[in-house]
Parts: sequence; structure tokens; C-alpha cells
Amino acid sequence: MSYGPARALPGDQIKITTNPDTEPFWEAAKEHKLTACQCGDCGKFRMPPTPVCPECGSRKKDWPALPGTATVFSYVVCNKNPKNGEDYIYVPIVVDLDGAPGARLNANVSGCNAEDVTIGMKVTVDWTPIQDGWVLPNFKKA
Amino acid sequence: MAWSHQDKTAIVGIGATDYYVRGKSWPRTINDMAAEAIMNACADAGISHKQIDGFAYYSTAGAGYLDKFDTASLMETLGMPHISYSATLTSGGGGCPGAIGLATAGLMNEDCTYTVTLMALQQLPQHRLGVVFGASAPNPENSFLQPSGLVGPGHLMSMLTRRHMHLYGTKPEALKEIVQATRANTHNRPKAVRRNPLSDEEYWGSPMLADPLRRLDFCLETDGAVAVITTTMDRAKDCRHKPAVVHACAHGGQREWGRAFAWMGMPDPHFASSGHKFTADRVWAQSGLKAQDMDVALIYDHFSPMVLMQLEDYGFCEKGEGSDYVLSGKIRYDAATGGKVNGGVPVNTHGGNLNEAYIIGMTHIVEGVEQVRGTAINQVKDAEFALVSGGPASLPVSSLILRRA
Ligand SMILES: [Zn+2]
Repeated sequence: MSYGPARALPGDQIKITTNPDTEPFWEAAKEHKLTACQCGDCGKFRMPPTPVCPECGSRKKDWPALPGTATVFSYVVCNKNPKNGEDYIYVPIVVDLDGAPGARLNANVSGCNAEDVTIGMKVTVDWTPIQDGWVLPNFKKA
Repeated sequence: MAWSHQDKTAIVGIGATDYYVRGKSWPRTINDMAAEAIMNACADAGISHKQIDGFAYYSTAGAGYLDKFDTASLMETLGMPHISYSATLTSGGGGCPGAIGLATAGLMNEDCTYTVTLMALQQLPQHRLGVVFGASAPNPENSFLQPSGLVGPGHLMSMLTRRHMHLYGTKPEALKEIVQATRANTHNRPKAVRRNPLSDEEYWGSPMLADPLRRLDFCLETDGAVAVITTTMDRAKDCRHKPAVVHACAHGGQREWGRAFAWMGMPDPHFASSGHKFTADRVWAQSGLKAQDMDVALIYDHFSPMVLMQLEDYGFCEKGEGSDYVLSGKIRYDAATGGKVNGGVPVNTHGGNLNEAYIIGMTHIVEGVEQVRGTAINQVKDAEFALVSGGPASLPVSSLILRRA
């Protein structure tokens, strides 16, 4: 199947909300810093951020600066913009974040043709401005 | 250890409305369809609907994805004089057969005497399940998923399917076989939405909605209602039909699956699975049976690859061998052999969600009941045990074994 270039979905149609558990992740993203929720006691990572560490029960959280690189764990090729149904090639990916074992993000990948995305492909963070002044971490082929 | 409630309750009544293509049930209301299904199930059992005193729902008592059942409203509609049990499993369609365990809990606790489990579904344009994830308002949890454009359950399950193909070499031909094998079971079913045989050409020509899944890998979108009545074995003896005995039932699941494809954090090998290993192991432990002891398997098929992954999780084949298992013809139903093909176990003899109708799992319970009664349209000869599974989704998922009386 030949799809052509993979594009991230337009940021102006994307809206998120936050709560006190998740806000540090999004505040860092606003400054183009990729982080993940790390337990302040046992050091295990978890995403999305949740109030209590599922490993040790601690409420302490750290938000370390990550390298901003990741590996494609799986992907799907989609061909319609979900907002308006128009033809639009985009590739949702699940990535394993470098420097944060066990933490994943769901995003779009660009910088290559959709049919060339592979599991195991290295990607690097690519920031997409979205509604309300927030910024979304997407990824580009490294 | 055998389940303490093994063979203590039974499903004694099944009832349904017509099945409508999505949106076509209007101007019927959802309570109208629910009431018809309940009354039909009670008539099938040989009791009055006014004898219902228990409600055991699943899907958080959802009626479809935006409507809700309310026990008081149903009492007001149907005139039951009193209710002594009203409970639901949480999350969505994963709990469907588990609701029979919930009914059993109420009956064994002597809270109630006749319990109804039901689903009604009316997908008006604003209620369309296919876009439910994308259409829901952003919240802090789904803000980590929704922006990726994974708008419907099919897109989400496509992600799991891709990983399964990567790890185990699962072939697209296996998905085709699942759709074709179960389609072959609807040609003689008057209520089925899709009855024509499915050619290779038609399958391969079906558009990719979320590569690697095609439109024909997605289940139907149906309107309608289905209800079943569960009661104790002593009461079941006075009902009209041979009881479908509740032999084992479990709901739940493990943390590695959790919110599943609404999360995407599952480690291997759970990511490319159906999340059913935990409840599968529980019903096998409750019953002392194994997959190969089943005479028929009614496997929740909202998406074709989830049949393959459940076959693995229930142990019909080893993990990673679902593709070869399916392609060897083992899920087919053959009337000439009494059902089984090539040493397998017939799957979805009613055509399933993919071909007959999609009422969020209830049609699988109905078929399980008809198989162990011996009255199924595509009857497996001398069927003693029927496995029924709930939809791979956020926990709880669930499993049920029905036994011939
Ligand atoms: Zn910890």
C-alpha cells in the first residue's frame, strides 16, 4: 500500500485538558521540554501521570528532562481527518520514551512516508502548538 | 478448585427485538426496545415480567454508549411490584457474560429470584459508537490519547493488531478467514444483517479504515435490544425450556492490561493480546475444563483480530499461533460433521458481531443458550459446553461457560 507523506493532525483542531497530576507534563511541553512522570522514591516511570506510584505507593513525583528521542512500539496508518472526514494521511504511533523505561506516549509521526513507518524506528520529538496555548509532543523520523 | 456456585443457576429465558441497521430503529425509543426484549425473554422462560425482581447489568448500566438504564424507569414501564437486587459491572462490553455471574451473586445471596441482564442499543447520529473516543470531550486522562487521532475502537485495536503481526508473523489472510468463516454461518439466519457469502475479492477490496484493519474487520453497527433471564436451578426446573446451566463465570483482569487500548501502556506480551488470559484461567480453574473441551465458542468479535487473540488467551492454541490455527479451518462450523472441523471448536455459529448483529455481546449469550438447549439454527451436535466471552476492552473483561442440563 502506498500512502505518501505522513503528516501530524493540524494542531488547531486539538484540545486537551489537565489536572494537578498531569499539568507539570504539559507545562514542560509548553517550553518544548519532554518529561515523564517519575516516582520520587522508587524511580519508576508511569504515563499518563497518576497521583500515586503503582509500584511503591509514594506520592512524590519527579519530572526529569528526557532526551526527546523514542522508539516506535506500534503504529496505525489512517487516511481521514477525524474532525471533518477529509482525506488526510496520518500515522498514530505508540512510542517507548528513551530515558524513561515503561513510559509511553501516543502521538503522530511525520518526516517520512506513511508506508515507511516501522516498529523499532527511531523518532525524535516534534512540537505541535494546539488550542489554548498548549503544545503537543509529536514525533519525526530521526 | 471448583466454583462454589457451579451449576447452581441457569439462564432460562432469552428475548430480543428485531435487529436494525444503525439509526433505523427510530421512532422506537430505547425503553420500548428494552421492554420488548425483557417481555420476550420472560415469555420464553414461561414467567410474567412482573416476577422480575433483580437487575444485573454490565457496561456501567449503559444502554449503548450514551443512554443509561435505570431500574426505577424500567419498573415504571413494566410494572414490576418490587426490586430486591440492582447492580452493574463497570466499564463496557467486556463485562457482558460476567453480568450472568453478577446475577448469580444476587440469586445465591437470596436477594432476588428472577434476574434480567440486558442491553439495548440505539445509535442515533449523536450516539455513534464508531467515533465515541474522538467525540468525547477531552479530559485529563484521554488528553494523552485523543490528540493522536485514534478516534474509534477500531483504530485502537489496529495498534494491537500491528504489534501482533510484528511479533508473530500474523497474516492478513487470518483476519479474512475469521470474517469469512463466521459469515458462512448467517446464510440461514433470517434476522442476520449480513447473509451473503463473502468472497476473497470483496474482503480484499474492503477499504482500509485503520491499516492493518479494513472496514469488514469492524463489526456491524446495529440497533436493537436483547435480554436474558437468570434464576436458581430449582426454579429453572419449572421454566419452559431446558435450562442453560451457569457452570463457570468470571470477570476482571490484570494490571498489565488495565485500561488497555485507552492507555497503550501494556507490556509485551499483553499488548498484542485480548486481555482475557486472567478470566480465561479463572473459568478453567473453576470448571476443571480447558478450551479443547468446549463444543462451541461464542467469542466477542467487535474486531476480527480480537477473535484471534482471544483464541490464544483461552488456550485454543499457543500464544502467537492464532494465525495458523485460524487458517487451518478450526474455527469453521460444518453441519455435515456435526459442527467441528479439523479437530477445532466452531466459533460464532450465529455469525457474531461481525455478521449477525452487534448488541454489545448479548447475542453471544443467546447463541450459547440455544446451543446447550439443542435448539440453535447452526446446532453443534450434542453440545454440552459453550464458552461465551466479553469484549476485549478496559477491565473488567469476562468469561462464561454454559452447560447442557
Ligand atoms: Zn514508586
